[in-house]
Amino acid sequence: MPENAVQQAPRHDVLAADSILYLDGVTVSFDGFKALNSLSFIVRPGEMRTIIGPNGAGKTTMMDVITGKTRPDEGTVLYDGNVDLTKHDEAAIANMGIGRKFQKPTVFENLTVFENLELALKGPRGTFAVLLARLMGEQRDRIDAVLGTIRLTDRAHTSAGALSHGQKQWLEIGMLFAQDPRFLMLDEPVAGMTDAETEQTAELLREIARDRSVLVVEHDMEFVRNLDCKVTVLHEGSVLAEGSLAKVQADERVIEVYLGR
Amino acid sequence: MSRIRSPQGLVALVCALLLAFVLAVAAALPARAADDAAFAQAVEALDQRSFAEKADAVSALAALGHPRTAPVLEALSAGQLFRHRGSERIVIGAYNGNTYALTDAVTGEDAGTESSSRKLAKIVANNTIRVQIENALGSLQLTSADPALRMSAARQALDNPSADAIPALSAAVEAEADAGVKALMERALAASRLMGEGAEAERIAAVETLADTTDPAIRALLTRVANDEAVAEPVRLAAADAVEAIDTRLAVLGVGQDLIFGLSAGSILLLAAIGLAITFGVMGVINMAHGEMIMLGAYTTFVVQQVFRATLPPEVFGLYLLVAIPAAFMVAGAVGVAMERGIIRFLNGRPLETLLATWGISLILQQAVRSIFGATNRQVANPDWMSGSVELLGLSLTANRIAIVLFALAVLAGLAAYLRWSSMGLNMRAVTQNRRMASAMGIPTGRVDALTFGLGSGIAGVAGVAISQVANVSPNLGQAYIVDSFLVVVFGGVGSLWGALAGAFSLGIVNKFLEPMAGAMLAKILVLVFIILFIQKRPRGLFALRGRAFEN
Amino acid sequence: MGPITRRLAGLENRKGWTAVLLTVLGFALVVPVLNMALEPGHPLHVPTYVVQLLGKYLCYAMLALALDLVWGFAGALSLGHGAFFALGGYVMGMYLMRQIGDRGVYGNAELPDFMVFLNWDSLPWYWMGFDSFAFTAVMVLIVPGVLAFVFGWLAFRSRITGVYFSIITQAMTYALMLAFFRNEMGFGGNNGLTDFKDILGFSMSRDSTKVGLYVATVLMLAAAYLAARFIVTSRLGRVLLAVRDAESRVRFLGHSVTGAKLFAFVVSAMIAGVAGALYVPQVGIINPSEFSPANSIEIAIWTAVGGRGTLFGPILGAMSVNAAKSFFTGVAPEVWLFFLGSLFVVVTLFLPKGLVGLFGLLKRRQRRAMPKASPTPAPKATEETHA
Repeated sequence: MPENAVQQAPRHDVLAADSILYLDGVTVSFDGFKALNSLSFIVRPGEMRTIIGPNGAGKTTMMDVITGKTRPDEGTVLYDGNVDLTKHDEAAIANMGIGRKFQKPTVFENLTVFENLELALKGPRGTFAVLLARLMGEQRDRIDAVLGTIRLTDRAHTSAGALSHGQKQWLEIGMLFAQDPRFLMLDEPVAGMTDAETEQTAELLREIARDRSVLVVEHDMEFVRNLDCKVTVLHEGSVLAEGSLAKVQADERVIEVYLGR
Repeated sequence: MSRIRSPQGLVALVCALLLAFVLAVAAALPARAADDAAFAQAVEALDQRSFAEKADAVSALAALGHPRTAPVLEALSAGQLFRHRGSERIVIGAYNGNTYALTDAVTGEDAGTESSSRKLAKIVANNTIRVQIENALGSLQLTSADPALRMSAARQALDNPSADAIPALSAAVEAEADAGVKALMERALAASRLMGEGAEAERIAAVETLADTTDPAIRALLTRVANDEAVAEPVRLAAADAVEAIDTRLAVLGVGQDLIFGLSAGSILLLAAIGLAITFGVMGVINMAHGEMIMLGAYTTFVVQQVFRATLPPEVFGLYLLVAIPAAFMVAGAVGVAMERGIIRFLNGRPLETLLATWGISLILQQAVRSIFGATNRQVANPDWMSGSVELLGLSLTANRIAIVLFALAVLAGLAAYLRWSSMGLNMRAVTQNRRMASAMGIPTGRVDALTFGLGSGIAGVAGVAISQVANVSPNLGQAYIVDSFLVVVFGGVGSLWGALAGAFSLGIVNKFLEPMAGAMLAKILVLVFIILFIQKRPRGLFALRGRAFEN
Repeated sequence: MGPITRRLAGLENRKGWTAVLLTVLGFALVVPVLNMALEPGHPLHVPTYVVQLLGKYLCYAMLALALDLVWGFAGALSLGHGAFFALGGYVMGMYLMRQIGDRGVYGNAELPDFMVFLNWDSLPWYWMGFDSFAFTAVMVLIVPGVLAFVFGWLAFRSRITGVYFSIITQAMTYALMLAFFRNEMGFGGNNGLTDFKDILGFSMSRDSTKVGLYVATVLMLAAAYLAARFIVTSRLGRVLLAVRDAESRVRFLGHSVTGAKLFAFVVSAMIAGVAGALYVPQVGIINPSEFSPANSIEIAIWTAVGGRGTLFGPILGAMSVNAAKSFFTGVAPEVWLFFLGSLFVVVTLFLPKGLVGLFGLLKRRQRRAMPKASPTPAPKATEETHA
């Protein structure tokens, strides 16, 4: 469909012009099951956005597509208005400044907290560069600063595996700090946390979100309310509703999906 | 048309039908149409003083092709042909120590006995005549009552075509009722005509008759004609075309042969690999002792065979395989379950550790079998019904290969049915797809693992029964199959029976096709290189399961 | 485990350095002196065959160290490392064949005996240059390195991990074994390369040459150890450990998993090649059976017995398992496979960290028994390892 292509090219350009993330018609299917079904939405630079949706709505698959883990069957995924993310692998995308925090905290348990942060630290990533890398004073300062922020200074040289669940979550958030991304995706950052931990985490996230674009996937409505930002509701792989939390909570279809009427 | 050497076994039904057909044809052989009077005259003519005339008479007799010609000429050659003084009949006399038992040469009727040799005047043959008789007898067998003899006579005539044989062959073709023998005779006749001095058109027609075979003798003959300067141009051209047609046909047949050999090699691979495919699929671990399960199955077959030999009458020996199959399944399956319960489950699905531990078990099993049975090869006999061969469309297929192909498919079908319809099969499929979810749904994954391992190992044991029929049974038997069966699993896709099927057959066939081109070793190397490149494109094999659960 | 591992490997302090140096000197100096300076009857005399045996074990140790670099540190269990070892061995074997000159059975100065036997009339192109030791030494690194690079690039790029990687590396060495069995390959087929006469002008039958090869092996093992140590203590080493534990997570941090693994694989293959090159003159033969998959799996058990993920473990493991092998095959050959098989099972079930892990455990127990012993001193790992 050459005509279509001709029409589409400028459309993406125009619409994506002022966006940090632009998804259009993204479809992913696993053996016939459509995990994402023509998903489209836009995140503006500096925006914080929350994605909610029931299980199986396609939230994790969406993040997999954005971070290059899963290739979409069709659709456009643009970063910064012009970089086609479907053409790059995870490492390249991470180096473009897209950070991701997993639902289940994934830290390197056999490395120390300090070493975990060292690996995340922004810097040259070439194999030989990494082989010959030495830790400079300012990098050390940066790691120390992050350690302070995530309140793990006194555990800097313990194995990450020895941390508590909440501390692992913080370490992972700390790794995002060290990575210094421009666009950040957080998958249920407060899942499994105590109330106090949730409170502290929310504080950390507000800190990290100050000068970045952030996409939060969350189940906890209280937490979403606290974030106070635009909400996108996913259902069966596409956008069901979008707007403020109050607005989507009033939406008939959203109620139906959540309450399963 | 098929020819049967072993009308038994798995192919018994087909073979029995063919046999019945052949017997019916033989019984219905029509009465000879040759002229008995002319024959009597020719026999009379043998009694000549001049050897030259006697030779003419032999030729005449041979040309008649009468059923009695052969015994008469044989008697002449052996010095047992006499003129009986008194009756003046020509008789065949067999001396039994003191009397001659006489047979009428013309009619073949009993002519009583004669004790006095003076009453018998021998009709003498010299060496020239004996040679002549020998040749004539060859074509005379063309009219023998035994189809096998006729067949071999036709074969002989084809291998040494000569214009002299034309009359006898023409007569034989006319009379022949067995289609297979007739076809061969027609070819022999055509070959003889080609060698003769007949009309150009007749010789070209003969070439055309010969062109639709794959017979190497005919190909050689046609090549000779095509290159013979003395032969007329059109005949030579026709012969050259015919050689080309034969070569094409040979190439096609070669492909067919390779295909069938590849299928049979593939079925062995399939048997060896499906057990591995399900354990790998369900548990995500590799059983390096899988080859030893095959080996155990083969040794179980050996033991069952020995028990049958020692304790049961030979008539039922052929049934030992029927006992060996469940026995091998039980033995290997039990060892598999013991391995899973005793060792593998404690490794908590850590694949690399499991790989190493099972390798250790494989070493122990090998050494154990070596200690018990000795390091030398053990012979497992094929039952009679598996030792024949069948010729189909010019391809020779051994019965054991066919049996293994069918057996492998049957095992695959049985396993597929088990996975599809049994509740344990449902559990296995669930665990294959998503272990955590299955466990959360209350599926006893530990039990599923143990049974899967037992089932996979049991099937390997059954594979060992099949392999014992085509290979030597030795403690190292399993090692030969382990790399190949891994490749089948990797190529086909983990946890997929269809993948195993496609993988095994395509590897088997590709290997067989590459072998003549590149040699067995190079073929294997090429296949390995191909697979390494293939999993670049399809890291999860041909029939990959897809989904988020698999992407981690 | 990270810092503990490295401390056990003697990596972090001056004491560690001293230990390495002393061990190397012990093996490189004491053994030869005990062999050459003392009379055969002396109680401390080390017979030459023992020196040779030790040399062989040290080659195995180097091979196990190489495997550990990819398996213990990067999590990729190669079951084809025997191939790199054998390739290094063949490269050295080619040099040694060229050194025979016209002293072969056929007295042909141009061609090795087996080529004369096969009626070849000239040396194949890939045999050119092996008259030179320098060229050979370079090829010992390049041949296994290039194979590892191509193979590893294909495998890691398409994210072949876990048992898949193990299987295709096994297939690789199997394919090479079949290839080297072929006479047409020009490497002596079944019989391989043997009947060597001398190396660098020294006759290989002389005891002093044997001791010299032994010393060279000790030094090369020390060099390989230091190279491996440099890698695992660098930031790349931490990337490798991270890859081992959570490969996909490393990608999301922007590190090139393919690059890191490929680097480790190639370096590892080169170390294995050097080990093979030192092995061949000491045992006097190289043939295709060195490529057999079973050999490669055995390397994994040496590494596991000693303790993977440590640098000292594989060396200890290779030496102790092979000492056990020599002992059993001498005393009761039929027991050896039972022993080796059980070793695989026992180590994977009960000793996941190998002997080194066992020592560590005992040490910790001891410390716990002593009241008020200071806990693990906070290691300033990153700082000092870069010093």
